[in-house]
Amino acid sequence: MTDLNDLYQEVILDHNRCPRNFHAIADATHRAEGYNPLCGDRLTLYMKVDGDVIADVAFEGAGCAISKASASMMTDALKGRSVSEARALFDRFHRMVTMPPDRAVEDLGKLSSLAGVRDFPVRIKCASLAWHTFKAALEHEQRTSTE
Amino acid sequence: MGIAGSERAGPHAGTADASGSPASFDVQRIRADFPILARTVRGKPLVYLDNAATTQKPQAVLDALTGYYTGLNANVHRGVHELSERATEAFDAGRERVQAFFNAAHSREIVFTRNATESINLVAYAFAKPRLKPGDEVLISAMEHHSNIVPWQLVCEATGATLRVAPIDDRGELILEAFDRLLGPRTRIVAITHMSNALGTVNPVAEIVRLAHGRGVPVLLDGSQAAYHMRVDVQALGCDFYAATGHKLYGPTGIGVLYGKTQHFEAMPPFLGGGDMISSVTFERSTWNALPFKFEAGTPHIAGAIGLHAALDYLDSVGRDAVAEHERQLLEYGTEVLSSVPGVRLIGTARHKASILSFVMDGVHPHDIGTIVDREGVAIRTGHHCAQPVMERFGVAATARASLAMYNTREEIDVLGRALHRVREVFGS
Ligand SMILES: Cc1ncc(COP(=O)(O)O)c(C=O)c1O
Repeated sequence: MTDLNDLYQEVILDHNRCPRNFHAIADATHRAEGYNPLCGDRLTLYMKVDGDVIADVAFEGAGCAISKASASMMTDALKGRSVSEARALFDRFHRMVTMPPDRAVEDLGKLSSLAGVRDFPVRIKCASLAWHTFKAALEHEQRTSTE
Repeated sequence: MGIAGSERAGPHAGTADASGSPASFDVQRIRADFPILARTVRGKPLVYLDNAATTQKPQAVLDALTGYYTGLNANVHRGVHELSERATEAFDAGRERVQAFFNAAHSREIVFTRNATESINLVAYAFAKPRLKPGDEVLISAMEHHSNIVPWQLVCEATGATLRVAPIDDRGELILEAFDRLLGPRTRIVAITHMSNALGTVNPVAEIVRLAHGRGVPVLLDGSQAAYHMRVDVQALGCDFYAATGHKLYGPTGIGVLYGKTQHFEAMPPFLGGGDMISSVTFERSTWNALPFKFEAGTPHIAGAIGLHAALDYLDSVGRDAVAEHERQLLEYGTEVLSSVPGVRLIGTARHKASILSFVMDGVHPHDIGTIVDREGVAIRTGHHCAQPVMERFGVAATARASLAMYNTREEIDVLGRALHRVREVFGS
């Protein structure tokens, strides 16, 4: 049985206590709301995309430790990346948290600390909420740009 | 099958001694009647404290369900053969048992539905909607479950009526004066919960009915929570409708109850159309079956009615007053234990409340509390409890909720208390 400390690792608790990039971006080019009706977690993601680069990304909202830490680490991980790199990272993160718990995970740096959710199936949504919100923000922009 | 009206003194019947504690209430013997309570969860004994979501089922209910399917299975009201007759008898006996349980005047005033939600919808659509005109009002309270909000929003939207909401105070009590003021000349129905699932508040429903009837306004009470914690006498309350749900009454899922006064049920059009609810059908016109069958279209949940019968027999064999007293003591103890955990704040501190401990903890989201206590085998609910307006009223996104039933013990509350200390440890505070 997985120990609770595998889920609530120090790095996660730290990002929960002091979330990074926890603010609005006034001149964001992309924005999306994420909501997990099961637990009431809510977050707003702001992005400033400059050409093909995510120049800035931040979030606001309220949620459980897992969703908050995940959003915080995600913003750290996405900042400065190209959009296509960010999309690839979304896929890798998604694969990591949905893989069977007995399989070894790819090293995604700090993000790997969230692999513990695989033993807590109802919490996978908490870890992926920020990432799905990020994806929605990107899609939204694409839709508006094709109009 | 039990006879309507019988309050049989079962093996666990409790009588209160002078100190008010149910002297002969033997919780361990009760626990032995619930097979699921013997199982472990994550290697620990199950501590089931999510009763407000659904209660566990005693062996008697499981036996009744199996007994029906193995010895009696047939459709009701349709066959002349032996099995159909016996199944019909058992189904009808279930209705009579429900009638006795709520002390309704007639069994035709008891309609079987799927759950409380469907019971409320039946009243919203078949009773309220035909009477509502633009500018009319439906009055609910700020502590309602979504099941007693959304159906009213839908019929208001369809008719141009307005939904009015009576406020609650910081303890989670209905502000009765405000409710009284909101009862206006355009109020066509009051729909209010007997007991809040998110706060535990028990509303002064007799007074509410009196005030509403004083203005000629009919009242629906949502008894989903109250019905398994206290005696409910619909005639004494005088309410027009009372909704309850079998799975919280220690009975099966998929069977609900709607009590309604005969005069209302008679005046109402059917809710759903189909078999069983008609007396004759031609393509030009159909005529409706007698009460309560007018409101029971299609093959009913026969096993559910039989299982619910067994559940109510069981609950009364233990004794509803004894259960209420046991739960009152546990609630008091639980309130003490939770209040002694640093950083814990109770949400819902009404003077009259039952069986619900809703709480938040400084710096820890309820969802994380739920996950950590689950590792100790403790099942609680976390989230908004289908009562988002209540969460908003108290300025929280969610709460953790421990809810009690007849089989819970002080030791289980202690396990919860220790698990909450563990939460503090994990979060390093
Ligand atoms: C106060 C209240 N009303 C209504 C309901 C709805 O019950 P059901 O889902 O069985 O229809 C519940 C339970 O979830 C409840 O607690």
